[in-house]
Amino acid sequence: MSTTEEATATSLLRFATAGSVDDGKSTLVGRLLHDSKSVLADQLEAVEHASRRRGQQAPDLALLTDGLRAEREQGITIDVAYRYFATARRRFILADTPGHVQYTRNMVTGASTAELAVVLVDARNGVVEQTRRHAAVAALLRVPHVVLAVNKMDLVDYAEPVFAAIAAEFTAYAASLGVKDVVAVPISALAGDNVVEPSAHMDWYGGPTLLEHLETVPVGTDPSAEPARFPVQYVIRPQSEEHHDYRGYAGQLASGVLRVGDAVTVLPSGHTSTVAAIDALGVPTELAWAPQSVTVRLADDIDISRGDLIAAAPLPVPTKDIEATVCHLSERPLHVGAKVLLKHTTRTVRALVKEISYRIDIDSLEQRSGAEGLNVNDIGHVVLRTAEPLALDDYTENRRTGSFILIDPSDGTTLTAGMAGEAFDTVSTTDASHEEDWV
Amino acid sequence: MTVTTQRLFRAEDTPFALSHLDALEAESVHIFREVAGEFERPVILFSGGKDSIVMLHLALKAFAPAPVPFALLHVDTGHNFPEVLAYRDRAVAKHNLRLHVAAVQDYIDRGVLRERPDGLRNPLQTVPLLDGIEAGKFDAVFGGGRRDEEKARAKERVFSLRDEFGAWDPRRQRPELWSLYNGRHAAGEHVRVFPLSNWTELDVWQYIEREGIELPEIYYAHRREVFKRDGMWLTAGEWGGPKATEPVETRQVRYRTVGDMSCTGAVDSDADTIEAVITEIAASRLTERGATRADDKMSEAAMEDRKREGYF
Repeated sequence: MSTTEEATATSLLRFATAGSVDDGKSTLVGRLLHDSKSVLADQLEAVEHASRRRGQQAPDLALLTDGLRAEREQGITIDVAYRYFATARRRFILADTPGHVQYTRNMVTGASTAELAVVLVDARNGVVEQTRRHAAVAALLRVPHVVLAVNKMDLVDYAEPVFAAIAAEFTAYAASLGVKDVVAVPISALAGDNVVEPSAHMDWYGGPTLLEHLETVPVGTDPSAEPARFPVQYVIRPQSEEHHDYRGYAGQLASGVLRVGDAVTVLPSGHTSTVAAIDALGVPTELAWAPQSVTVRLADDIDISRGDLIAAAPLPVPTKDIEATVCHLSERPLHVGAKVLLKHTTRTVRALVKEISYRIDIDSLEQRSGAEGLNVNDIGHVVLRTAEPLALDDYTENRRTGSFILIDPSDGTTLTAGMAGEAFDTVSTTDASHEEDWV
Repeated sequence: MTVTTQRLFRAEDTPFALSHLDALEAESVHIFREVAGEFERPVILFSGGKDSIVMLHLALKAFAPAPVPFALLHVDTGHNFPEVLAYRDRAVAKHNLRLHVAAVQDYIDRGVLRERPDGLRNPLQTVPLLDGIEAGKFDAVFGGGRRDEEKARAKERVFSLRDEFGAWDPRRQRPELWSLYNGRHAAGEHVRVFPLSNWTELDVWQYIEREGIELPEIYYAHRREVFKRDGMWLTAGEWGGPKATEPVETRQVRYRTVGDMSCTGAVDSDADTIEAVITEIAASRLTERGATRADDKMSEAAMEDRKREGYF
């Protein structure tokens, strides 16, 4: 490590924000960026200039984040945007997702890579339908940490009972969805209470400010506790004099640890071998762990190509019959009988939608008939048949090897986001006859 | 309220922690390899600026010990810094790469493009770029764009589909989930790929330091003849500056970005080492583009509009 990096070496937290239209999400994001000194003078000047031109009295912090012409014209956020800021302790990548009902897919997109989700509620309204939807999406995508930010505390006289009631209701609901870690913070994004600086108005609150929590929440998982999963992206064969017999499998560890000498199985073929060498971007190493990108060489000469999975036990069982929870992303509905492409890790195969078992009403979590297909923003359960076997893990076990996308073969449109297995721990429709298909 | 006291998580707490630079590097390498696995003819847009130099460095690491399986494409505005062109040619020779050049000057000479009254050539790059992509039949084009640069870019995907006119339609972008990038495209379309999407300017500089990457010397403080136009220090030269009313001074400056000489400003600086540059950037109250790019200031949606036309 160089001297400068040593002084500033930090971890990275990817998180997503969700909030309803008037909950003040843009103000919160603006406040986080502004108070962490991530908004620079020229950006602020541009916002002040644009606000004045619109006849607004004060600078509109929402203009910092609404980047597209249509968004500024309509005063709404229509697409996921990514923001970057840093403190001395940590670097942050924020997926800023719009909160409209019709943009469920955007929250799904933002949550797919997030390790933490901030759900914003208006203290005056408490937990509403939208709040439950946001909690459900965070649970569905297995976002490990959820923060409830109870905003506009200034408008309820900074009253503890208001906060306590909302926090209790939300925490119970999130727990019922299987969310393991929920932290509630009372804030005022407009006044700056408990966002970056501790509030002078809420002595009764003993917890961290929102930023302090973001800086200190443990990120990542312990790779040594998970089985190794290494999807092969690309075969490296230099065929040069120096590296005449070099045949390396390039990829990014989706989970777990690989060591030289480890016994591994290549899926779907089932061939077994031993890790002979690991190159960490050109430098030999003894071990590698998720999410490092490395190149692996095996002791045996096996036919391996892009799309194969090098895995350590316990192994996923390759199957052509996939049951999954999906969020439909495209305006083009998904119907039973549709022929699509399915991209899972580095493998793309043809697939058929055999059954749309049910749609999930994301507000009540009730199952509804899926007979009429899935429309944009619908979440449902499907059964797919693939042309080639895939080695999927259950999404609840592995967000990377348990996820896939469906693609329209006619024009390449990304249709659907898929998560192998059931949606929620509490929702069960397991049909014994399907279980047998997995073997 | 399960407010448990959270312990500060530090890299030393686990042998399996990755620093933010390691995490960004792993992600970028994954993106390079996905493109190598899925496309027929990828190309790296290479300007000789720090972002494209970092891109090339990451590509070299992604395929080691094999060579980079991509060619380079340089859109030459004709107003390049000589130090940058020299760097480009050295890099091409050192790594035994293939270089394609699309030159704005050729288009002006042939009468296809007309010099703008303000002399800016950055906006003229789009046509040669798109022609270069078409002529090379490139189906994936790596760009060094970062989402932190500009608010229209904050909406940019890692894999961004462009139609047969090279146009970006922000309303029709494909959702991008997990690390599952969709590279499907029809003949004539191409995909712009941004492996540095999640990097910030400071990340790029810290990585340059950590990896010991050489840059064109104009990134470090040096004495140079400059003149002031629209509040920026521009380098005097054959490209058309200064006017009679713009006195030339010799100043200690450096560049934060490297682009066309007509619109890339230098900043006053004594930072002549990488450590000093990083300290200076960390303390700066101006964004990279705000400090040094004239073309972004033209309108509130300047970048979005140019991207819609096919610009990076």
